[in-house]
Amino acid sequence: MLSLFALESVSEVSTVVQDANWFLEHAWIIPLLPAISFVLILFFGKRLPKKGAEIGITAVAVSFLLAVVTGWAWLDHRDNVVFDGGHSESVVVDDGHGSDDGYGTDDGHSGDATADEEHAIVVDDGTTNGDDRVSLAVAAAETGGKTEAHPYVAVQQTTQWFQSGGVEFGAGILVDGLSVMMLFVVTLISLLVHIYSTDYVGGDRRYTHFFAFLSLFTASMLFFVLSDNILQMIVGWELVGVCSFALIGHWWEEKPNSDAALKAFITNRVGDVGLLVGMITLFFAAGGGTTFDTVSINEQVVQGNVSHTALVVAAAALTAAVMSKSGQFILHTWLPDAMAGPTPVSALIHAATMVVAGIFMVARLYPVFFEGMSIGGSSINLLSTVGAVTLVGAGLLAFVQDDIKKVLAYSTVSQLGYMAMALGVGAWTAAVFHLFTHAFFKANLFLGSGSVAHAVHSFDMKKDMGGMKKYMPRTFWTFLIGSVALAGLPPLAGFWSKDEILVGTGGWGLFGGTGGNGAYTFHLSMGMIGAALTAAYMTRCMYLTFFGEWRGGHGHDDHGHDSHDAHDAHGHHGEPHESGPRILVPLYVLSGFSILVGLVNLPPGLFSGSAKSPASWQERFLHYMEPAGSSYFPAVAHGTPSWSLAIVSTAIAVLGIGMAFWYYFVRVDRLSKQTGQSLTGLPNGLTSRNRLAKAGHTLLVNKYYLDHLYTGIIAGFTKGRLARAAYWVNQNVLDRTVNVAGETAVRAGRVVYERIDQGVVDGLVNSAGRVSDSTGQELRKINSGQVQNYAALMFAGAAVLAGAFIILFAL
Amino acid sequence: MDFLNDWGLTLVTFLPLAGALVMMAIPKEEEKVLKQAALLTSLATLAAGIWLLVEFDYDRAGSLQYVVDKNWIEVIGSGYTLGLDGMSLPLLALTVLVMPLVFIYSWDHIPSPGNAKAFLALMLILETGMIGTFVAQDLILFFVFFEVVLLPMFFMIAVWGGEDRRYASLKFFLYTMFGSALMLLGFLALFFLSKDPVTGELLRTFDMRVLTDAAGAGIVRSSQLLIFGGMFLGFGVKVPLFPFHTWLPDAHTQAPTQGSVILAAVLLKLGTYGFIRIAIPMLPEAAEAWAPWIGLFAVIGIIYGALGCLAQTDMKRLIAFSSVAHMGFVMLGIATLTDFGINAAIFGMVAHGLITGMLFFIAGSVKERYHTLEIKRLGGMLLQAPRLGWILGFTSMASLGLPGLAGFWGEFPAILAAYQPANGIPEETFRGYMVVAAIGTVLAAGYLLWLLQRTAMGEPSEEFANDPHITDVNRFEWIAWSPILFLIVLFGVAPGLIFDVTDPAVVESLNNCLQLPDGCEGVAAATTAMFGG
Repeated sequence: MLSLFALESVSEVSTVVQDANWFLEHAWIIPLLPAISFVLILFFGKRLPKKGAEIGITAVAVSFLLAVVTGWAWLDHRDNVVFDGGHSESVVVDDGHGSDDGYGTDDGHSGDATADEEHAIVVDDGTTNGDDRVSLAVAAAETGGKTEAHPYVAVQQTTQWFQSGGVEFGAGILVDGLSVMMLFVVTLISLLVHIYSTDYVGGDRRYTHFFAFLSLFTASMLFFVLSDNILQMIVGWELVGVCSFALIGHWWEEKPNSDAALKAFITNRVGDVGLLVGMITLFFAAGGGTTFDTVSINEQVVQGNVSHTALVVAAAALTAAVMSKSGQFILHTWLPDAMAGPTPVSALIHAATMVVAGIFMVARLYPVFFEGMSIGGSSINLLSTVGAVTLVGAGLLAFVQDDIKKVLAYSTVSQLGYMAMALGVGAWTAAVFHLFTHAFFKANLFLGSGSVAHAVHSFDMKKDMGGMKKYMPRTFWTFLIGSVALAGLPPLAGFWSKDEILVGTGGWGLFGGTGGNGAYTFHLSMGMIGAALTAAYMTRCMYLTFFGEWRGGHGHDDHGHDSHDAHDAHGHHGEPHESGPRILVPLYVLSGFSILVGLVNLPPGLFSGSAKSPASWQERFLHYMEPAGSSYFPAVAHGTPSWSLAIVSTAIAVLGIGMAFWYYFVRVDRLSKQTGQSLTGLPNGLTSRNRLAKAGHTLLVNKYYLDHLYTGIIAGFTKGRLARAAYWVNQNVLDRTVNVAGETAVRAGRVVYERIDQGVVDGLVNSAGRVSDSTGQELRKINSGQVQNYAALMFAGAAVLAGAFIILFAL
Repeated sequence: MDFLNDWGLTLVTFLPLAGALVMMAIPKEEEKVLKQAALLTSLATLAAGIWLLVEFDYDRAGSLQYVVDKNWIEVIGSGYTLGLDGMSLPLLALTVLVMPLVFIYSWDHIPSPGNAKAFLALMLILETGMIGTFVAQDLILFFVFFEVVLLPMFFMIAVWGGEDRRYASLKFFLYTMFGSALMLLGFLALFFLSKDPVTGELLRTFDMRVLTDAAGAGIVRSSQLLIFGGMFLGFGVKVPLFPFHTWLPDAHTQAPTQGSVILAAVLLKLGTYGFIRIAIPMLPEAAEAWAPWIGLFAVIGIIYGALGCLAQTDMKRLIAFSSVAHMGFVMLGIATLTDFGINAAIFGMVAHGLITGMLFFIAGSVKERYHTLEIKRLGGMLLQAPRLGWILGFTSMASLGLPGLAGFWGEFPAILAAYQPANGIPEETFRGYMVVAAIGTVLAAGYLLWLLQRTAMGEPSEEFANDPHITDVNRFEWIAWSPILFLIVLFGVAPGLIFDVTDPAVVESLNNCLQLPDGCEGVAAATTAMFGG
């Protein structure tokens, strides 16, 4: 009874406050700075000594510092906030760590209410995960010196933007763990990419323009993650899309680049149909047709006030938006093509930040998906399945790519599939955690590939790389760290987040496995397959790039456009060499994060054996991120981590590495040494011997024929036949009708005019008229034909009018 | 203040005409003086317009202000009645703003065969007609202004137009004339049939305020539907609503740049304005019955216009077709008969006016430099005339409805409003329209970006690679364009500037329908039966 009552009291009261630490309240400054930077670079960039880069870097650096401080303030807020259930004034943030003086006890009943809330949290967590109770209590003891846990209270600041038809459009910020985490990721990676770009695109003809758009993108992305309402999310969503368009098409002189940019934008627009329909449905079904506010929409869903049908429609429509923005099958095809953009852009936009916008959106509106997809207690749903198919489908495609960036691009698609699947199975924290870790190691890998490409003037692993370990040892080590993190080997970042997703599927029944929200066994197995694929294709990529002998150095001008990055500053030939510090330092930083960030969310029970264990390190991420027990988050269950699952999934990854290692590092390497060539594969591999394997290979090389379907068939049909048919109808049916009507009227009018008017009526007038002025004749000379026409038309018009009158009044 | 109240609207309406008369006295050879006179006149009109805007009481945006009510043609009860409220204010502002820019652009862009005097004077007469239409509060007066617009535009196309100008101008003239005739019939029927809702006496008036208050009282349903049908044709042709749009691509393509800009920026809005000012408030019951059909034509127009764009090989014709699609969004907003939708429609009118007007300016400048608008011969504009290319890119983005720029706030709210149209209009039908309209945004991105790719990106074709005539944006273009570009951003960032003004007026005018005792429900039953919802 107590638990039921307590749960209700949580969900009825909005766990959102206005007043908090200054930095939490003023988080809007963080996107504002790069926005100002964009305008400044646009107008003054070219006149500055560093061509505008200095403005962009300064703005993003300050934003990054603010994001760090805001993050710090959030940790403090999360642990120390005192919440009395709705009275926003009562929240006082403790600035002096560990001291009790700062705590607000401003009104008498707040103590009771707080106690209730805290009770509720503990009970809520207790129903789902026994370990949580312990960790929360420990956390509170560690950080605040208090014995109870604190509720999850988000900070929201809204102001009215405008209003129309009785609907208020707000603009504001919603600061909670999720947005704070995104602020950190976006500003950090953006800053590193800015620094990297000063070298990488140095000397580019549109250098200033490049930095202007980096700033605009950063601002838009930050604006998006801070949105407190779904309309603002749509705005941010579209703005990052247009920045992506402009940056993919940065080298628009060459058609493949502008094609890729168009494809990205238009494919995303297809998904946006889902975004618009889904958000509009939410606005009416959950927002009551009066509010776009994310928190209140979520609250309505959590409280069960929204029709299930509406949620199904909204969740399905929004999934379409996720499919385009976050590169899920079958709308992922734009993302590999987007690699036509400069590499720093790929790292920032098409790996770490923009492409996770779809994942973020699901995480932000999680109740909608949790209820709409009936995630709890199920074993399959649209979102999880889209994610599962994506993660395997794209993983397979990564095997047949020769372009190193395309390998990474398909890898990104595949990893986004993990995130979507995690959200689909109810593992919210796992998805967000994977978003977090992936951002670092994938940005690391992309920037690393750029570093290599910078040296060899190409992205083609088979033609121009190989043996790069010798020439660029530092890049090699950072790339290796990124690869291991991505492959999911412990203790690097990817392992922890991937493992958590697999746990979250709830599909692991072996050796006392885990609960979770349902039994998503299929998804667990897809996740396992994906782990093997990831490990294997990264091993292939490592070999082709860094091992063997360098295959480049001859005639690299043949393969023009995809090596565009390289054309810019470096005209020199000769052996490749290690990149400079502005490229390497970002790689070091990201490598460090790739190693360490997995440790922020160690699974519970890992250290429970010893009394002196750092138990307070367990599930920190979950504690600070997941709004469990808040009014705008559904009651998700957490799977219990299991050693057996961790061991098996690691073994599978090792198996994937082992197989690829045996093929490339052992057999290909041996043959290379025998033949004295640096080979990239065995001459008579499986695909040349087995028909089925060959067919599969062809299917993969053709990217499942999806591009053919979209570009060739759908777009071709729309632009070609359909458009021409519509235009034909326009010219030959609609317009023809008009013309025929006009011509008939003219003919009729002419008959009337010539026979009756000129013959009879005008006969009298003419005899008088002939005597009159000479100017009239002049006028007639100029356009006598036209005058006659007009007159005829006037008659025709009059006839139509008369006819209409008769019809109207006869009725 | 008294002066403004009594004379303000008259002043702003007839200043351009007075300017045109003054220009008649200036000899034809004095081109510079003529240009100065025209520009000065339009600037004076702008000043008068701004004065009106400044003194406008925004707290009472729902009611008519600066009302002038004088006898005019007593024998038919028609008065010289003018007034300005939140619905007409944005359109008045748009008109007085765009015209000076067109005159600035004309400074070094008088189309062949020259004769600046006639050309500029015609545009001034046009301005009077347009402003008059937006402020007239009497049906006959409205009709007169509505028709005054036709002739100058006809001559602009017929004399200064492209190769096919004769056909295009005649088609424009006759088609709109045909629509006007039916519209006039509707006006006459309203005059003869409307009764006072309280006393039941015949009103016998053309006063729009009175007729709006009567809201079709005393007219039997079948007649209401017919009268609305007449106006539907009249305004629909002007909008232009599918399938009455075929005059538009021809007129736009053949018109000189200035003509196209005015046509897109202001003229098309006369039709949509007619719907929200006259047809709907005066015949709300019929409007409800017609709404699903209007919505249907609107969404067909959205898709159809976009497909038409994809088929075009001429840049200007493509932009012309895009108007059909964009006005489809405006009409969809109107068809919902909700305050939200109609606010969106008015926003859409202003946004479309600025954005498509801008696109036509660009097309004109491209034509001047390349002497062709054939898309496949263009290319690489970003290299040869980078600023022109970027402006085209920016305007295309605005046109495809990018949030943060003006186009979005006409498009998205219209789609949103379609989810829940006014009571009595079949919801399911409109939700279908909503999805179709959303798909239209994909096509819009398709044709605009494809245009951008083919004209601005890539390398210049050999034909133009070393052409010295291809220069970047010149001074007059900058002066004429920057206000438009600025406003596209401003309204995108602060849409409240328009919504706050239109909202009270729209609510006020829609209250008529809501006040009907049983009209709405009755119609609801009928339409539900018709659409099987």
